[in-house]
Amino acid sequence: MTRSQTEAEYLARLVPSSVAATLGRRTVLKGALGAGSLVGLSGLLAACGGDSGDGGGAGSTTVSLGSNESGTTFADQRQAMADAFLEATGTTVAINAVDHNTFQENINTYLQGNPDDVFSWFAGFRMRFFAEQGLIGEISDVWPLEGIPDSFQEASTGNDGGQYFVPQSYYPWAVFHRKSMFDEGGYSQPTTLDELVSLCDQMQADGLVPIAFGDSDGWPAMGTFDMLNMRINGFDYHIALMAGEESWESSEVKSVFEQWRDLLPYHQPDALGRTWQEAAQTLQQRQAGLYILGTFVNEQFPDDEDDLDFFTFPEIDSAIGAAAIDAPIDGFCMAADPDNAEGAKEFLAYLASPEAAAAAATTGLPFIAANTDADTSEYSAIQQKSVELVGEAENIAQFLDRDTRPDFASTVIIPAFQQFIGNPDDIGGLTKSIQEQKVSIFGS
Amino acid sequence: MSTTATAPPASTTRSADQRRHKPLRSGHVVLQAFLILVAIGWLFPLGWAVLNSFRDYAYTSVNGYVSMGGWTLDNYIEAWERGEFGRSFLNSAIITVPAVLLTLFLASCTAFVLSRFSYRFNLTLLGVFLAANLLPPQSLLVPVFQAYNEIPLPPWLSSSESMLGSFLGLILINVAFQMGFCTFVLSNYMKTLPFEIYESAQIDGASVFRQFWQLTMPLVRPALAALAVLQTTWIYNEFFWATVLIQDFDKLPVTSSLNNLRGQFFTDYNLLSAGSVLVALPVLIVFFLLQKQFVSGLTLGSTKG
Amino acid sequence: MAYETPGGAGGTVRGGRGTRAGGRARPLHRLTGADRAVVAAMVVVPTLFVVLLVWLPALASVLLSFTSWNGIGGLDEIEWIGVTNYVDVATIYPPFWPAVQHNAIWLVFLFLGPTVLGVFLAVLLDKEVRGSRFYQTALYMPVVLSLALIGFVWQLIYSRDQGLLNAALGTQIDWYGDPGVNLWAVLVATGWRHTGYIMLLYLAGLKGVDHSLREAAAVDGSGEVSTFFRIILPVMRPINLIVIVVVVIESLRAFDLVWVINRGRNGLELIAALVTSNVVGEASRIGFGSAMATIMLLISSVFIAIYLRVVLREER
Repeated sequence: MTRSQTEAEYLARLVPSSVAATLGRRTVLKGALGAGSLVGLSGLLAACGGDSGDGGGAGSTTVSLGSNESGTTFADQRQAMADAFLEATGTTVAINAVDHNTFQENINTYLQGNPDDVFSWFAGFRMRFFAEQGLIGEISDVWPLEGIPDSFQEASTGNDGGQYFVPQSYYPWAVFHRKSMFDEGGYSQPTTLDELVSLCDQMQADGLVPIAFGDSDGWPAMGTFDMLNMRINGFDYHIALMAGEESWESSEVKSVFEQWRDLLPYHQPDALGRTWQEAAQTLQQRQAGLYILGTFVNEQFPDDEDDLDFFTFPEIDSAIGAAAIDAPIDGFCMAADPDNAEGAKEFLAYLASPEAAAAAATTGLPFIAANTDADTSEYSAIQQKSVELVGEAENIAQFLDRDTRPDFASTVIIPAFQQFIGNPDDIGGLTKSIQEQKVSIFGS
Repeated sequence: MSTTATAPPASTTRSADQRRHKPLRSGHVVLQAFLILVAIGWLFPLGWAVLNSFRDYAYTSVNGYVSMGGWTLDNYIEAWERGEFGRSFLNSAIITVPAVLLTLFLASCTAFVLSRFSYRFNLTLLGVFLAANLLPPQSLLVPVFQAYNEIPLPPWLSSSESMLGSFLGLILINVAFQMGFCTFVLSNYMKTLPFEIYESAQIDGASVFRQFWQLTMPLVRPALAALAVLQTTWIYNEFFWATVLIQDFDKLPVTSSLNNLRGQFFTDYNLLSAGSVLVALPVLIVFFLLQKQFVSGLTLGSTKG
Repeated sequence: MAYETPGGAGGTVRGGRGTRAGGRARPLHRLTGADRAVVAAMVVVPTLFVVLLVWLPALASVLLSFTSWNGIGGLDEIEWIGVTNYVDVATIYPPFWPAVQHNAIWLVFLFLGPTVLGVFLAVLLDKEVRGSRFYQTALYMPVVLSLALIGFVWQLIYSRDQGLLNAALGTQIDWYGDPGVNLWAVLVATGWRHTGYIMLLYLAGLKGVDHSLREAAAVDGSGEVSTFFRIILPVMRPINLIVIVVVVIESLRAFDLVWVINRGRNGLELIAALVTSNVVGEASRIGFGSAMATIMLLISSVFIAIYLRVVLREER
C-alpha cells in the first residue's frame, strides 16, 4: 500500500507552517484589477459557451473551465477571475458551470468523456486517484508556483511525483455560531468536550436547538465523524483508517460512534431530509446555536456575516489535543487531453496567483487564498481567523471523501452514516457492515 | 382509433336528461360529490405550485405558506434567468423534435413491412422491438456510456467530439427506446387498412417505397399524430439518459436541468415553484391543446380503428 | 418518464366491433429485386438501432456483472471474478435488501392503491356522468408531467420546515427525510400520476366492451357491482393482464422520483437507484452495479415475456 503511505506522509507534512510564517510578510496588493472591467463580459462569454476548443476564432484564444460552482458566491468569484484573466492575457475563459453535487457525482463520466481544458477539483486522495488513472494531465512544468507553500505543493503531487493540481483556496471546518446569540445567552466558546456538552445543555434550556444538522446530501456528517475521530484517536489513526489500513470494527472506531451517539440528541432532529443550506438557515434565523461546517457556511449569511464566529472542535482526549482539523484545499486540474494545453497551463498558473485571489476578492466575498503572497488586508474577521486556525493546526486532513477511495465514501460511508443517524444504537452491526464492504472494495 | 376515452358531449347531455327521470338522484349526488372531491384533490398539488410561484419569498417566510399576499412575478423572472431556461428549452427542442420524427419514420418503416409482408420472423421481430421498450434503462447504462465515449464525432456535430455528451447520442438512445412501442402501434393500425388500396398500385407497378410513402403514410396520419404528441411528451420528460449522458450544463434539456438547479433553488421554495411551473408549461400546453391525441396515443390499439 | 410502459394493447379486447378490414399479408418472394432491397432496408436499419443500442448493451451488462472494473482505462483492465459481485450484493451490501423490499412495497402499493382506484374511477366515468370530461382531464393531467418534476412539486407539500402538510397538520414530520415515512410520501406522489394512467388504460378498454353484454346483464337483474365482477372483469382479462404487467414494470423501474429527492438513499433505496449510484459518479463499481442491473433484467424479462404473450397472441 505505497499509495496510502504517501497519503499519510503528505498529510503529515501538510503542516502549513509556511502559511503562518508568511502571514507576517503580507504583501501589498499588487496589480489589483478594477471591478469595472468585469461588466459586460458575461455576454461575450455566453456567446462562446457552446464552443469548446480553439474554434479558429481570429486572434483570441479560448480556455474552457469546468466549474463545480453554479449560482453560488464561488461561481461569482470564478467569473471574476476569468474576466480578469481575459483582461490580462486576451484569452477568453468559457465557464461550464455545474451544480456542486452533480459535478462530483458525474466526475468519473465527465473526465472520461470530454472534460473542459481546466476543471475545478480537490487536493488529496481524490486527485491522486484520477491522476493514476491517466484522467488528469500532468502540469509539473507549471510548478513551482511562487507563494504556494511546500505543503500545498505536496498536496498537489501525484503518486508518480509529478504535479497534477494547482491549489487556489482552502477552508477549515469548525463549529460556527452567532456572536450576538452568544452575547445574549451568556455563552462562551468551549475548549473541551465537557464544556461543549454543558453549552449544549444550556442552549437546550434556552429553547434552542444546540447543533444545527442537515445530512440530506450525505457528506456533511462526514465532517462530524472526522472531527470526532481525530479528537479521539488522533490524526495518524484517522488517515490510516481512511487509507483502508485499519479495521472499521476496531474499538477505536466504535468509540467514535459511541461518542457521536451521545452527542446526537443535541443535534437538530430529522437531519436526513434537510440540506446543509436549510440547516444553515436555522442558525441564520437564530433557532439553532451551533453548526459544524466549513467556512462556506457564510454563503447563507449574506447580510450579517459579521455576526458569524467559530471555534475549533473541542478537545476530547487531552493526550491528543485539538490541533488536527479538516481544511480541504480547492483548486484546479488540467484535462488529460486538453484542446488548448498552453492556454490551460497559463490559466492554471494564473489561478494560483495573488492576482487571481485579488480578482476573486473584488466580488466582496470570502476567499482564503492558498497563495501566501495574496493580499489579506481585506479579509473579513472570519477569513482572518480561518488563516490563523489553519496556521496553528498541527495536522490537516482534507475531509473524509477526499482522504479515502471515492467508491468507498459514496457507496458505503454515506449510506452507513445516514443509517447511523437514523438508528444510532446498533453500532456493532453498523461497523461490521462497513468493515465487510471495506474489505470488498479495498481488497484487504 | 377515432374513439377516445373521452365521452362525446352530446351523449353526456342525453343521458343526463334521461337521468332526471330516474328515482336514484341521491346516488348521483354522492357520485358527483365524490368525483368533484377527487378532481380537486388531483388538481391541488400543481395548483399549489402555481399559487406559490407568484409569491414573494420574503413574505411567505415571515407569514408562512398558509397565508395570502406577497404577490409578485419576480420568481419567474429570476427562475428564467438563473435557470437559463431560454437555452435549456432550446436544447429540449433540439433533442425532442428530431427524436420524435426519426422514431416515427423508422417505426413506420418497420411497421409497414411487418404488416404488409408475411415473413417467418415477423412476430419475433415485433417481440424484440417491444421488449426493448420495457427494459430498465439503468441496466444498459455502462455499455452505452463506454461505447458512446469511443465513437468520435466531428466538432460541428458535437462540441465534445464524441458521441458522449452530444445531442445526437441522446437522440439516438431515445429513438432506440421508443421505437418498439411505436412500431407495435403502427403495425396494428396498418393491418386494419383495407388490402384493396394496394391492389391498383400493384397493377400500376408502383414500387414498395411509393406504396409506403404515398398510400400507407397518409392513411395512418391519425395514428402518427397521436404518437407524435405522446412521444413529444415522453422525450421531453426524459430524465435518466440526459442526466448521465450530457455533462455540459449548457446542453442539458429542461427536465434534467431543473435537478441541476436544485442546489441553488433549494431554500427558496417559491423560486422552485416558478421553475417547476416553467418546466411543466410546454407539456401542459400540449396536453390541453392536443388532449385527444394524447389520450388516443396512450390507448391506441385497444380500440383498433 | 420517457420509458412509459406502453399500455396500448393491440386489439386485445374483442367486443364484436371492428373486424379486421383486410390485411392479408403478402409473401415476400413475389417482390422484385429493387423492392426486396427496400423492404430489407426498411427492417434492417430500425432493427440495428434496437439491437445495437438496447440488446447488445443489455448483454454486455450481464457480462460485466462477472467482472471487477472501475470503468476507467481500457477493456484489458477488466478482471473476471465470477459471481463474487452477486454474493457481495446479497450478503454485505446493506442497501440491497431494503431496496428489494421497497420495490416490492412499491408494487403492492401501486397495485392496491392507485391501480384499484384508477379502475374504479374508470368504471364510474365510463357511465357518462355529467362533467365526465372535466374529471378525466383533472385525473390524467399528472400523467403528462415527468416524475422528476413531480418530485419537486410534491416537495412544496412535504417539506419539513416550509411544506404545506406540516403547516396544515401542525406536525413536524420530515416527509421526505424520515426513513419511516418517506417511502409512503413518495408513493403518494407517484400514485398521483399512476392513478390517471391506469384510469385511462382501463377506460379505453371499457369503451371496447360490447354494450349488449351489459344490457343482457341488466335484463338478468344483476346489480352494478355484480355486473362488473361477473361480466366486465372477465371480458377485460387481456387489459387486466396488461395493467398488471404495467404496474410490475413501472415498480421495478421506479427511479426518477427518488433520485431527485435524495439519490435513493435513507429509506428510499430502490434497485434502479442503487445501480445508478454504483456505476455513475465517483464510485464506478461497474461490475458490482452491473450485477444489480442484471438482477433487474432477469426480473423484468419474466414480466416482459408475459406482456409479449398477451399482446402478441392475436398476431399468431
